[in-house]
Amino acid sequence: MIEIEGITKRYGETTVVRDVSLTIAPRTVTVIVGTSGSGKTTLLRMINRLVEPTSGKIRLDGEDNRSLPGYELRRRIGYAIQGHGLFPHRTVAQNIATVPTLLGWDRARIDAKVAELLTLFQLDPAAFGPRYPHELSGGQQQRVGVARALAAEPKVLLMDEPFGALDPIIRAKAQDDLLAIQKHFETTIVLVTHDMEEAFHLADRIAVMDKGEVVQYATPAEMLVKPATGFVESLIGAGERPFRLLAIEAVASAVEPGTAEGEAISSAASQREALSTLLWSGRKALPVVGPDGVLLGKVSLDGLAQRAAGRS
Amino acid sequence: MQLRVDKLGVIIAALAAYGAFLAPFATFRANRIVAGEARSISEALPPVWAAIILLFVIAAAIVAVLKTPSSLRLAIAFSTLAALALGIGAAAGHLTPPENSYARVSPASGFWVLLFALGLLAADALTRLRPSPLVRVLFLCGVLGFIAAVLMSGTWDGLSLLKEYAGRADTFWAEAGKHVMLALGSLAAATIIGIPVGVLCHRVTRLRDGLLGVLNAIQTIPSIALFGILIAPLGWIAIHVPGAAAIGIRGIGAAPAFVALFLYSLLPVVANTVVGLAGVPREANDAARGIGMTDFQRLAGIEFPLAFPVILTGIRIVLVQNIGLATIAALIGGGGFGVFVFQGVGQTAMDLVLLGAVPTVVLAFTAAIVLDALIEMATPNRNQVQSA
Repeated sequence: MIEIEGITKRYGETTVVRDVSLTIAPRTVTVIVGTSGSGKTTLLRMINRLVEPTSGKIRLDGEDNRSLPGYELRRRIGYAIQGHGLFPHRTVAQNIATVPTLLGWDRARIDAKVAELLTLFQLDPAAFGPRYPHELSGGQQQRVGVARALAAEPKVLLMDEPFGALDPIIRAKAQDDLLAIQKHFETTIVLVTHDMEEAFHLADRIAVMDKGEVVQYATPAEMLVKPATGFVESLIGAGERPFRLLAIEAVASAVEPGTAEGEAISSAASQREALSTLLWSGRKALPVVGPDGVLLGKVSLDGLAQRAAGRS
Repeated sequence: MQLRVDKLGVIIAALAAYGAFLAPFATFRANRIVAGEARSISEALPPVWAAIILLFVIAAAIVAVLKTPSSLRLAIAFSTLAALALGIGAAAGHLTPPENSYARVSPASGFWVLLFALGLLAADALTRLRPSPLVRVLFLCGVLGFIAAVLMSGTWDGLSLLKEYAGRADTFWAEAGKHVMLALGSLAAATIIGIPVGVLCHRVTRLRDGLLGVLNAIQTIPSIALFGILIAPLGWIAIHVPGAAAIGIRGIGAAPAFVALFLYSLLPVVANTVVGLAGVPREANDAARGIGMTDFQRLAGIEFPLAFPVILTGIRIVLVQNIGLATIAALIGGGGFGVFVFQGVGQTAMDLVLLGAVPTVVLAFTAAIVLDALIEMATPNRNQVQSA
């Protein structure tokens, strides 16, 4: 649990973050979005005190984040940034081992953790551990960056545009991997991005920032249906709204009684995928099967159209 | 095989031809001070020696002109250089009349031109071979070892340079020690002081411009003027600070020379430390802070190792510069190889000037090669910053 209470940051006359209060539930992914200069990165960096707030308070699991020296606090919080920030003169294994080494873990425990993380990120420890960062592809560097952030098993992981430097295909894969890792370690993730697509893909809750203030803090569905301000609406993109709404919901919640002809769709697929299949195959409805292959009902073009209009 | 012409090789061959056939190989003087008489290769050497040297030079010229493998070029360059080194020794024996200790034989312009041409051939071949830093240092050791062996064997004892040395063997090594102490000691002091100052300049932006400006200004003061400027304050310290005179601090002598060299050394060390630290990737620094390194851990573990090759480059500049500059220290009684240079100039004895100058050049050359190798070893390609 991260409680941000009335946080303000001023640099001289300029207020970068103005009186922000957010409560971030444990084991969730919260995405902070906004245009550049909206204060989103500053807000993130105040959580691990890379930036000290002018006023206000941040509590992690009820404990004020100023009760420890900054560097000790940061060792307990994972931190991953755009362009990975790997140390070029240290090997992949040494990079990942950085925080455990700072914390004084013994050698065997560090080695085991490095191997575990590399395996989890689909990198062979024997092959990749001894390599230097420049010998890796962009996607691999990014995975090592996240692995390093997770090495000391932090409960909270802060990410500043972690996928910003990746091409779209690798980025989508990295996002899916991150969600899997988040489930695996039950980490609370706070991620900053300017990419709305990424926000809707990853977030349990989204905080939209504009000119230093949080203008809306809501689940993706709420935000799509009831954007708080014109700014939020323009950020979502009016033309994208129905598709985004369908994209964040699974077929399972749109199942209607009855049956339909043709190939079935999984209930775990997104409603957007269902719509796409319907339009492409020219059918009016699709049969829906559950994870065990049991027929659950159908999903119809009309039903999806209703939902896409935000009237479910 | 198609024969093709190497452009640099043509120049080398032309130089070699001039050195071997037109310019004098050795100079003979009846005593140390009179004007010399020029001697060509055929006059200066016994016929067999002359034939051997000319054969080597002609072979080297042919290899140089044609496009030939770099290893062959290197081999012929080094063997011809060795033949020349032994040949000039033989010339001394051949030209000096028996039982005559006044006559002087020294290498003349033809010898030096040949040395330069073959050195160029060797350097060019070495560059094309791209040897690893370790191999380069081994080559250096080989060449220095060869020179040492020739010196020990007495082959060159008949040369006037070595006759000057024989008369000053004791002082030569004492001055060599002073020279190295001045150059290395001031470098060590500048490194110990300069690196922390560089770190400070990097962290405190306001300090940087002012301090680098002052060091830049010091760098522009001519060395003799700086010695002069230092006489008054150091003289004052010697008189008024208890114990200062006892450890050798005086207005003239080694102390002002040391201080001047130290001041000249500061700019390259400080500036390169600042540049090196500024070149550390911003992301690496941000990540280091973000994952909980203290300022000191970040400096020692991330910033300094990444800046090290650049700092080392500064130290190389200082070392080579100091070895040369330390020669001037003799002017104010600081000792070093400059003593022989200035004595030689005073007595119009060129051989004595060379006794001071040649070791200085060898020392600077050695320092440059060793430090270049060190820098290359400290800069593996892992310092490349790769964008994703």
